[in-house]
Amino acid sequence: MRKLLILSTALTTVGFAASAEQVTVMSWGGAYGVSQVEAYNKPFTAATGIPSTMVDSDNPATPIKAMVEAGNVTIDVADVELSDAIRLCDEGMLEVIDHAALPDGADGTPALEDFVDGALMSECAVANIVWSTVFAYDTTKTSGVKSLADFYDLAKYPGKRGLRKGAKANLEMALMADGVPAAGVYDLLATEAGVARAFAKLDTIKSDVVWWEAGAQPPQLLADGEVVMTTAYNGRIFNAAVGEGKPFEIVWDGQIMDFDLFVIPKGTPNKDAAMKYVAFATGTQPLADQARYISYGPARKSSAPFVGKFKDDKTDMGPQMPTAAANLSNALANDFAFWADRDTELSERFNSWLLSN
Amino acid sequence: MTHADQPDQGQEPELLRTADGLLLQTALNRVSRRAKIKAFLLVLPLLAFILVSFVAPIGQMLLRSVNNDQFYSNMPELTLWFADKEFGVEPDEMAFTALAADLTFAAKERTAGSVGTRVNYDLPGSRSLFTSAARKAKGLNPPFKDAFIKINKDWVDPELWAAMHAASATYTSSFYLAAVDRKRDTDGSIIQVDENRRIYVQLFWRTLWLSGLIAVLCLLLGFPVAHLLATLPMRKASLLMILVLLPFWTSLLVRTTAWMVILQGQGVFNNILVSLGIVADDNRFELMYNQTGSIVAMTHILLPFMILPLYSVMRTIPPSYARAARSLGATSWTTFRRIYLPQTIPGIGAGGLLVFILAVGYYITPALVGGASGQLISNQIAFHMQDSLNWSMASALAAILLAAVLVLYWLYDRLIGIDNMKLG
Repeated sequence: MRKLLILSTALTTVGFAASAEQVTVMSWGGAYGVSQVEAYNKPFTAATGIPSTMVDSDNPATPIKAMVEAGNVTIDVADVELSDAIRLCDEGMLEVIDHAALPDGADGTPALEDFVDGALMSECAVANIVWSTVFAYDTTKTSGVKSLADFYDLAKYPGKRGLRKGAKANLEMALMADGVPAAGVYDLLATEAGVARAFAKLDTIKSDVVWWEAGAQPPQLLADGEVVMTTAYNGRIFNAAVGEGKPFEIVWDGQIMDFDLFVIPKGTPNKDAAMKYVAFATGTQPLADQARYISYGPARKSSAPFVGKFKDDKTDMGPQMPTAAANLSNALANDFAFWADRDTELSERFNSWLLSN
Repeated sequence: MTHADQPDQGQEPELLRTADGLLLQTALNRVSRRAKIKAFLLVLPLLAFILVSFVAPIGQMLLRSVNNDQFYSNMPELTLWFADKEFGVEPDEMAFTALAADLTFAAKERTAGSVGTRVNYDLPGSRSLFTSAARKAKGLNPPFKDAFIKINKDWVDPELWAAMHAASATYTSSFYLAAVDRKRDTDGSIIQVDENRRIYVQLFWRTLWLSGLIAVLCLLLGFPVAHLLATLPMRKASLLMILVLLPFWTSLLVRTTAWMVILQGQGVFNNILVSLGIVADDNRFELMYNQTGSIVAMTHILLPFMILPLYSVMRTIPPSYARAARSLGATSWTTFRRIYLPQTIPGIGAGGLLVFILAVGYYITPALVGGASGQLISNQIAFHMQDSLNWSMASALAAILLAAVLVLYWLYDRLIGIDNMKLG
């Protein structure tokens, strides 16, 4: 008994000592989470001695408000989309990050100029990658799929479709599939008629949709043969296709590009360590290293020369990025302001639409 | 207690005293009171635990469903302006001045998003009005009404002012109204929401209907199994019992995922049917990600909750009753209907109620296998708790569900009697 007491006291003390300096990062799990552990967390702990933990979530933006409001913040850094970063910053849920204090690029460019346009848009966030929502299909089940219109063409390409269970990206893609050019999508979506048109287009495939929530699901649905085509995060499909040799093909037509950014929830007990982590992880080299594990583009210009081959040392990562010239012919940049303002409302509308028959 | 209740062995009426002169009755009372206090102290931790972990959170949840401070605590000036106004009054320049002051403050404190979110609950599409106006609020000049109209003409929309008025009250019924697909019109009367937003009433009915159906399916499947368990010799019965308990002890997620593997389009069940030539390859049964998926998986998961109470009741029914009935000339059907079945009612009631109430609150399984048509009201509660973060709405939905279950419990008590229930 006495031994047990001493032991447990000792353990508790160790626990407290450790909690003085540590970082818990919440990200999206799967292949993307692995890339961050390899490129950010491990080097960060090696360089600073601060232990770092990775936690998975379907969307790390959602637990933040609950944590901050309950006064029980258990996450020190979260990886979120741009519109969510702006929305949460608007609602006072995030710590402000001093962008000027971020390290210079490897080539000596000051941080404020080194990041690509929009990457430092929110004063509460620092971007790490450019990713995109694309759709992909199984080449053994169907072929010749070229455009978003084909995704919605059940007569020509029969079979189930996978879509993310949410309004974001689905509405834009529905409009583009309906013939709206990328440049006009958000102007149209701002109107009631545009939203109605998007839902009407979604209606045409509603009964054939399998809804996914976690980023790791779509490659699984394709591999299981549950769907013949699915929207997905481009990196997940790349990893399944190149990393695991699955017969998947990405269609870049109508891709929707977005940033993922690091934010720090307000009231985290490890604010200093969190700031150190964000500064380290968004440095030139870690961002470039990240691209070795998954096909997401680094948010710093100075990282580009360091982006080389996939971890198999054969595949060139350049052409796999959402920002590669060949992939940009009909691409849409996610309108963060639109979604920051209208996410709540359109999510509820989407939900009603999903549940009504 | 125990000694005082005993008759005092026929002694004379003189009152008994203890060695130190106290009345025996008083001394005994004192001891028994001490014992009561000790007993109470022993229960106290549990009582405190229940209060802290059960009563308080539920009370807080119920409070949240009528009280949401996101608007009135962040918009003090406008709340003050609303305080002495009739519902549906036209906003004057004073109102817009208060609005400008509040929004300037909200922009500094980063609360405009919360304010907009709160109004957006009642008037979908209005959140952006607040966030965009807050960004410009500092540079606004009087007359403020015109300045706001210049930002967006929706600022004079009577519906917006009605929604703000409703949100400025400390206590509101709007979340309960929304939870039954109703809302307040600009003049304060209650109307139905637009057709494409009506989902909750339908979901409540679906939840109750599916839960009832699952309870009935569990009864149909569980009754013979429980009967078999109760009548087999002990050795065989224990072996069978393990077959019932093993899945019961297995993680819920594992069991749900197992059903996904078996029933999905490319799953085991469909593959067997296709290989036997019963269904065509391109015409497989859709048993997963819809209502069927929810029903099958939930019935399987909840089955032990039906079998166990039934079994414990059936074990106590002496087989001699049935034999007596048969010897008096009853057919086997009559014996079952008039002798055996009535005696299992406590088990059926307990199992049915248990399965039904558990099913009403089920959420992980329908979320995983229910697709869109198999979603229950608890999935909406989870959505509002985790995704939309509209906790007041989640609380209102949960409170209605709680009330519905309590009503059903009361009905059960009236019809069958809760004393009749036997849980095991």
